Amino acid sequence: MSEIKKFMYVNRKAPYGTIYAWEALEVILIGAAFEQDVSLAFMDDGVYQLTKGQDTTGIGMKNFSPTYSALGDYEITKIYVDKESLEERGLSLDDLQHLVWEDEDEDWAEKDSIRLVSRTELADVLAEQDVLFNF
Amino acid sequence: MAMLHLVNKSPYDASSLETASSIMKGDDAMLLIEDGVYAAVRNGKAAASLEGLKVSVLGPDLAARGIGEDKLIDGVTVVDYAGFVDMVEANDKVQSWL
Repeated sequence: MSEIKKFMYVNRKAPYGTIYAWEALEVILIGAAFEQDVSLAFMDDGVYQLTKGQDTTGIGMKNFSPTYSALGDYEITKIYVDKESLEERGLSLDDLQHLVWEDEDEDWAEKDSIRLVSRTELADVLAEQDVLFNF
Repeated sequence: MAMLHLVNKSPYDASSLETASSIMKGDDAMLLIEDGVYAAVRNGKAAASLEGLKVSVLGPDLAARGIGEDKLIDGVTVVDYAGFVDMVEANDKVQSWL
């Protein structure tokens, strides 16, 4: 018997200083194959993972940031970004990639994946999950 | 006897920046590298710790993280790897706040 569970991946680390962000992305993409109800949360330094215009040519590391724009194709359409974390770091939604997904029930209309949420809203989202993965 | 202070951790995840900035004196300079570069973003909470200090940021680490130079605090200079070497050479000692 297969039962769909609500999976939440919580991302709290900056992208290149440690391997957490990249490893999280790998796990998320592998997990997407199991057809669960997946959500992602980006808070604390995790919000840095989504900045647009990342160019790693000068540091000799792989730029994995384009992969976030493929999440919609894996039916990962709920990406929660903690507003407080962004603001504390001097960033706004404009500094992040514009991530979208296509809704097949509405003639493949493009919809925003990122949902800017307050701490209390994020707490509610976390509370309704079945499984939490932390990176 | 000037010292170069290297900070490579995010100011929102570690105490390195706060400790380094409180210990800097005289002609000491600070170079932000790796995740340390996030401290130089203008409207960030950490920006206050850099006030009055001589601060540089490593350009390739900024670019990797998608932080444009237009987002930096006024007065912060951006250096490349050669500039990093020049700073090490120009100071008597290097303190890495790992």
